[in-house]
Formats: sequence, C-alpha cells, structure tokens
Amino acid sequence: FIQRLLRIEVSLALKEGRISPTELCRKCLNRIKKTHHLNAYITVSEELALKQAHEAESRLSKGVSKGPLDGIPFAVKDNFCTENIKTTCASNMLKDYTPPYNATVVQKLLDQGAVLMGKTNLDEFAMGSGSTDSAFGPVRNPWSYEAAYREKSGADPDADWVIAGGSSGGSAAAVASLTSFFSLGSDTGGSTRNPGALCGVVALKPTYGLVSRHGLIPLVNSMDVPGIITRSVHDAATVLGVLQGHDVKDSTTVTDHPTPLTGLPDDFDPRNIRVGIPKEYHGPGLSQETLAQWSRVADMFEQAGFQVEQVSLPHTQHSIVCYHVLCHAEVASNMARFDGLEYGHRSDVSSSTEAMYAATRHGGFNDVVRGRILSGNYFLLKQNYEHYFVKAQQVRRLINEDFRRVFGSGVDVLLTPTTLSDAMRHTDFVQEDNRTRSAQEDIFTQPANMAGLPAVSVPTALSSRGLPIGLQLIGPAFQDRSLLTVAQWIEQKVGFAPIRYHGDAGEGEIRVDVLPSTPTVWEKNYLIPC
Amino acid sequence: MAASSAGIGTLLCKNINKQIEIFYPTNRRYTWCVIRRICTSISRFRCQGQIKRKSAPKELVGVVGLEVHAQIQSITKLFSGSQVRFQAPPNSLVSFFDASLPGTLPVLNRRCVEAAVMTGLALDCVINRKSLFDRKHYFYADLPAGYQITQQRRPIAVDGTLTYSHLGGTRRNTLITKSVRIKQIQLEQDSGKSLHDDRRGQTLIDLNRAEGQLRVDANVSVHRPGDPWGVRTEVKNINSGRNLARAIDYEIQRQVGVLKNGGTVQNETRSFDRKSGHTLPMRDKEGLQDYRFMPEPNLPPLIVYDRPSTAPPCVHPSQVVVLEEVRAGLPELPRARRTRLVESYDILPEHSFTLVNEDGLTDYFEAVVKETKAGPRKVIGWVNQVLLGLLHHHSLSVSQSPVTPQMLAQLLNLQENGQISSSVAKQVFQELWRAPGKTAQQIIQEQDLGIVSNTTEIHRICQKVVDSHPDQVQAIRGGNKKVLNKLMGLVQKETKGRADPVLVRSILEEKTS
Repeated sequence: FIQRLLRIEVSLALKEGRISPTELCRKCLNRIKKTHHLNAYITVSEELALKQAHEAESRLSKGVSKGPLDGIPFAVKDNFCTENIKTTCASNMLKDYTPPYNATVVQKLLDQGAVLMGKTNLDEFAMGSGSTDSAFGPVRNPWSYEAAYREKSGADPDADWVIAGGSSGGSAAAVASLTSFFSLGSDTGGSTRNPGALCGVVALKPTYGLVSRHGLIPLVNSMDVPGIITRSVHDAATVLGVLQGHDVKDSTTVTDHPTPLTGLPDDFDPRNIRVGIPKEYHGPGLSQETLAQWSRVADMFEQAGFQVEQVSLPHTQHSIVCYHVLCHAEVASNMARFDGLEYGHRSDVSSSTEAMYAATRHGGFNDVVRGRILSGNYFLLKQNYEHYFVKAQQVRRLINEDFRRVFGSGVDVLLTPTTLSDAMRHTDFVQEDNRTRSAQEDIFTQPANMAGLPAVSVPTALSSRGLPIGLQLIGPAFQDRSLLTVAQWIEQKVGFAPIRYHGDAGEGEIRVDVLPSTPTVWEKNYLIPC
Repeated sequence: MAASSAGIGTLLCKNINKQIEIFYPTNRRYTWCVIRRICTSISRFRCQGQIKRKSAPKELVGVVGLEVHAQIQSITKLFSGSQVRFQAPPNSLVSFFDASLPGTLPVLNRRCVEAAVMTGLALDCVINRKSLFDRKHYFYADLPAGYQITQQRRPIAVDGTLTYSHLGGTRRNTLITKSVRIKQIQLEQDSGKSLHDDRRGQTLIDLNRAEGQLRVDANVSVHRPGDPWGVRTEVKNINSGRNLARAIDYEIQRQVGVLKNGGTVQNETRSFDRKSGHTLPMRDKEGLQDYRFMPEPNLPPLIVYDRPSTAPPCVHPSQVVVLEEVRAGLPELPRARRTRLVESYDILPEHSFTLVNEDGLTDYFEAVVKETKAGPRKVIGWVNQVLLGLLHHHSLSVSQSPVTPQMLAQLLNLQENGQISSSVAKQVFQELWRAPGKTAQQIIQEQDLGIVSNTTEIHRICQKVVDSHPDQVQAIRGGNKKVLNKLMGLVQKETKGRADPVLVRSILEEKTS
C-alpha cells in the first residue's frame, strides 16, 4: 500500500502519471474504511472527494496542474465551516448544522485542487486535550495498533488504546494513519501540536494573524490559529505557503505580504543559529523519556555547531492559569450565539423564550462546555472583571514580554517538549476531568498562543512503550519560515519513522518503497510502481 | 442599560451642570450609526425642573441624559458589507455575519467610521486617534450573537459641544443661543427587530432592521440641586422629538410624585406609551442585567490617521480613515450657514432657520438670488412662503419642486422689470407649478397677463370706478387718503391685476383731488 508517502512524492507521482488522483483518492477512502475504529472522521465526504479527484485528474492529464496540492487528499477538523458539508464541532448543538460557506483556509485549499476527504473528530468545540470529549465518541491513536506498542504493552489494543491528544485528535490521527496527506487542525492552547506530538506527525501553529480564521468556529478568538498537520516539515511549509496572507474577512490578519514558503533552505550555517532552552519548561510531570529526547536534540544542535543556551521565561508558571481565565471568558461570549433560534439544536421546551434557551443549551452542550461558559461568565461579571480578566490580560502581556526579551537578546528559536509524556491510555486519561487534563496537557504549548508566536511540534522518537514523542520549537512572530527551517533540520537528523501500512497483496495497489528520510533522497527517489 | 447608566452617572457627578454627552454606538447589523447623546440638565429640562419646583416644595429638579441612536447613511452595514435599504422585506439583506453564523467575523465599514468622525468634528469633539470595540452581552431573540459590538471603553469621539439657537420670546423672534456638551460618540451595531405574531403566538425576527429613524433613550432622574444624583430610569426607544419631550416631562413628574409620597425611584427600564403619554416599566429585566463587557477580539483598534502620510504603508489606502480628508469633506454646518445667510443677504434670523431646516432650500434660495434682480428679502418671501407652502401642501421635497430656481428667478425678473404686477406673478407661479413645461413669459403671453400700460384704457376704468363710488371719493376729498387704496383695489379687480399700480394711483389721485 502507500508507504511513507510524503506529499511531495505523491505530487510528483501524480504529475508523472504514476498514480492518478482518482486512484489516490480511492486508496485514502479505503484506508478511512479500514481505520474506521480510530473514529478520526465525523463526516467522510466521499462523493465530493471523488468528484474533485476526477477534476484534478482531467487537469493533470492535460498537463495543467493547479500546483503542488492539486489532487492531494486532505482532511479538515470539524470546526472549520465547509459549504454543504456538515460542520458539527463534535457537539449535539451543531449535530445537523450545514454551513452555507467555506472557511477561507478550506476555500484556499479547494482552489488549489486539493481533495477534501472529510471532517475530523475533536473535543466538543475544541475544548479538550485528548479528543475524548466528543459527542461522536473519542478518537483512538493509530499507534495503539502498531506492532511497537502492541508488543510492548501486550494488551489488546481494542481495550487498551491510547488517546490521540487534542483537541485536533481526528486530524492528527487522519494524517498519521495515511487517510489524508495533510489536515487542518485548530490551535488555541496547543490543540494542533498536542495531538501532532502524540500521533507522531508534524504539527504547525502559525503566527497569529498570518492565516485567516474566517470560518473557523471560534474557541478563543484572540488565540485561535488554523493549524497544519503533515507527515513532513516540508509539507507543512508548502501548505502554509498556500494558506497564509491577508483576508478581508478577518481583520486580524496582517496586510503585509508574507514571505513565500516554497523551498526551505537546508544549507544554512548552524553557527548562526541561537537555540534557547527555557529552564521553566523543565517542570514537574515531565517524563524521563521526553526529557531525554529534549536533551538529545539539544545535544544534536550543540554538536552541529548551533549556539545552544539556557534562557528564562519567568512568567511561564502563571501562563496556564491566565490562559484558562481568558479562554473561559471568550468561550462564554462565543457560545452565546448558540441559543437554538437560528441554527443548530433547539429544545422542544416552549413555555418561554428563556426556558427554551436554557433547555437548548443544556441539551446541546456537554459538561465541559457548560462549565467553561459558567466560569467565563463569572470572570466577566462587573464585580469580577478587574480581578480575573484584567489581571489575566496583564499577565498575558508579561508572558509576551518574556518572549520578546529572549528573542530580542538574539535567540532565534526555543526548543521545548510539546507534551509532558507520550500518549496516555484512554482508561487512565479519563480518570481526571477535562479541566485538569487541559491544564497538564497544554502546559508547554499555550504560552505560544498567549504570545501569538509560531510553534511547531516535530516527532523525534518512539518511547519505550512504542509511542511517539514530539519536541516543540517556538519562534519569533512571523518567523514561521526560519522556524520550519530549524524544524526540518531536526526532522532530518532524528530519523523518526512514521506509521507504515503494508498493502494487501490482493488489492493490486501500488507498492511504494520505504525511503530514507532526507529530502535530497526524496527528490531523487519517490514511488516505485510495481 | 445598567452598565452604561452607571458610566453616565459617574460622568454626571464630575460635571455638575448643563452637559450633553453623545455616544456613537456601532451597529452590528446595519449601517446604522447610532448616536447616543447623553445630556443632563439641558436648559429645557431645567425649565421643567423649575416648573416642578413650584409644584414640589422640596425643589426637586430633573436631570436628563440622552442616548441618541442614528443610522449612518451607508450602502453597507457597519460590520457586514450587507446592503442597507429602508423598508426592505424582512431578512432580505442579511449576510452570514448578520445572522451570526458560526465562524463569521466582523469587518468594519470605513464609510461608517468616516461618518462617525465627521459627526465628531461637526460636534466639536476630540477624535480619538485610537478607539476600541467591546462586546456587550445579553440574551434577546433579536440579538443573534448574544452580544452587541459597541464602544464602551474608548469610543471614537469624546467631549464635544453642540451650540444651537432657537427662536423664543413672546413673538418667537428672539434668537436664543444655547450650548450642550456631548460626552461621546460611539459606533455600535444595531440589533434585529422582533415581530410579534399574536395570531400564532410566535415571535419572528427580522435581522434586517434598517428603519432609518432616530431612536432615543432618555435617562431621567430627579434631585435637589447640590445633592447627589437621584436614581435613574431609562425610557427606551422614543422615536420623535415631541414624544421625547412628553416622555421626559411625564417621567420627571412621576419621579417627583414617587419621592413626594415617600417612595423610592427604582433603577429600571421603562417604555413610553404614546397614547396615554405615560412611561411604564418594561417586563424584561434588562435594566438589571450585568452586560459582562469584554474587548471585541476580532476587531483591531480603530486608528484614525491625521494625514495620509501618517498611515503605515502596509495598510491599504482604501482602509485608511484620514482626519484631514474627513474634515475637508465636512459640509457647512447649520449654525455657520445661518449666520452667513443673515449676514450676506440681510435676511431675518427666523428666515435663516427655515432655509437651513429644509433640505436643499438654502441652495434653492441662493440660486434664485444669483439670477434675479429682485433683492434677497423679496426672494425669501417667495421661497419660504409661496414655494415651501406648495411643497408642503403636496408633500414634496425641494429637489422635487416643479418650479426650478431659474424659473422663479425669471418670474421675479419680469415683476422687477414692471412687466407684471405682484398679484399676476403669484398667479403665474401657480401656472408654472401646474405646467412646468412653459416659461413665465409664455404663460403671460398666452393668458394676456402682461401689465396694462394703455393710459387711455386705465383712465376709462378709473373714471368708471370714481363715478360709481361717490361716497368714497367724498371721503378722500375729506382727507381720508386711505380710502384711495380701496379704489385702487377695485381698479385692479377690473384689470385682473394687470394695471401698473403706480399709474393707477396717480390717475386716481388726480381724479379725486
């Protein structure tokens, strides 16, 4: 079957006619069916995908490709609006909601000829860090079914699977399990990077304001960023190159022309790069194995000639608390529109408008969402506003200032863990409530959201349990390209092997060789049909 | 509006007397520019207070603040780009944003910002170079997002003054000039409109509300001068100046009555019933709500640049609001225009009010003056009485007048040249109104309305009148020269007003001497 198929290879294969977009689309649809147990997708847009693939095929046959994404299958987190395709936010509130428009990011991908496979599962309204709190059931981490984990845990994966991380767990699982070549997640406190790390894929949170949020059903408007999940850093750069730029429909997007992202340089001089290791990220709860990976990559940097130094971000410890105050406050506000009047779930209660609101919102939202609405409204009450919201905003500025100071001192990039450890077993994860888990899981990721900075998680190794561990790079605002350049360097050095699937002989599928993971080789060798 | 009331209260405490504050709320769903004016103790209301003082021995006086909501004249709505049209069918002009569909974001309409800045300049406000947007939360069926985008913390313009004049005195010809202070102008999204269907027991929501009308909320309290402000009530959604005055008068009386009877005024929202002239508590608890204000995260701070050169290059010129340019586009303001009219044309102040208050009338007047030999004082009579009377009678605007300024000027010139008499001129004007295709000259020729300057003929008619009115002639000869006018009238009646009055007078004088 399709082995470590990096998108660029597929793109080339498509162009050279070694595989057709329709074939590729069918393979992904088949994989979606075979990996149904992962629960990565809420909606599979099979008909549309085949139609798009067919269109891509006729373009490619005429030699008029729309670009590197033409004919490439992708998946979209189910909190991005898709015209005429259900967009549920994994909530009963929007269970049957079909938007009349496409999110800008979705539209841009469709305009490039990319083939939409479906909408992926998430924590309800992206509130969570495990993809376990979805009205459509939890997402399972594809690595639960890999030999490495099965052999070491000795357990039946159907009873003892590990979580995918969240909230973009479906998007990460879709890419990790090869049902799509890239996917869109959303990242408010780590929701793209966290599942990216736990599912062993590259997960990019671009700089706030670089990519349009129009059509992304918001969690926290001031922190939400569309995230990109891919199987290689190069692919992430390609997708970001398509998505970035000003959108008249989102006033918070920057109007400057962004740097083109085609072709990350790989011939930079490491001695010119300063890597900061924030000491505050070495905190309680960090697993020995994740710490070891952190040290390993820091050592790799040092040995290669990078200037590696310890830095301090003193307000980091306060970040997660303030993040929650600001998050809940915006949630309370953003969720106010779901009253059952115009769209979405509406309760049958009709004794009064107020009673209808209450019943609708009680039935439509899960406990997590309702809890955040309640606390958010509490923080916004006139008597509490100064004590909570204003204070949290002040601390947010201090956190921002921490980063500015470090980057201002000449540090180019920060290296941190993405998560405390590898993926937890679902049965363990649900022992604690969503709030506790979010506080633990977002600890290393949300400061970048507080400061609006670009950050990327890169898988570096498998743990002793056979599960991926990822490290995070954080860069200065709008230095997404430099950030990805360093991320690609790590990717090339660590030699992380993503999930492989062995094709069934009877399918007569294209067999693809496993390729060494250096880009120079990607350029030369690609798919070998047989 | 508990929260905004509190804000007003604070401000009022700082500024003891005679102050007006204006808010410009930004509407969310139409291109309404809501102007909120909060004023306290305007002279008019202090007068009310003084009246109360007579009836209330404790000398309670009313304190009034107004929030004036006005719609910005713009093709598109404040945040959505949807078109605005008055009387458009319900929900026919609703964008995804207007319907608060998930994932949609507000985008500020530059035209609305410019209108707010222009209003700020017209009202002598300080224009905030940086202003902010906030969310104000409450659940209401016609507020689909569950919050309204407004400018609570830092509005676009503050601290203005409106100086205005009106005619007073027993003969209503004394010019009285007053000044009120404006607290702030803010851009604010408007909510939708609930349409109650009593027959079906349903409420329908029109998110497309764009009535183009003024809407005023009056905040009213009473206190004894020198004491802290009293508890305020807010009378909402008053839609005319007359009803505003009635509502305020009633509410002051009511509060004085409550206090006189030992009661306390409740901080509440009230509505005004036009039929009874009473204010009534509104059933909803809006007045007691905590609006949980929060910064609007989807709109960056609104920046107004002094000059085009001060705008950063990355901002597209079409998105830049430049103070200098808005100022250059500011039309002549009513007060300045009235002064100029009085000074340039030597007309009475009351005439200047009429000219300025009627849209387009000043231009009409000035166009006529420019093309006629008749003096401005003569023209003003024609424009303010004859023309305006007919326009009002037919419910027409100045621009719809069948008689153009050029036609009127021509007519007045004929009169000035002595070709027609003033009564004929009025007759011809009516003809022009009815048949605007013709010129005054044509009408005069066709109907033989030209002045009769045939001396023999006039002599004959005068002789006839003198012969048939011996008593009057006797009176004139006896010294009562006024009776001569009566004989003149009779001559004009005979000639259908076409005889040259100067000639008639001299002939009659001769014949009655």
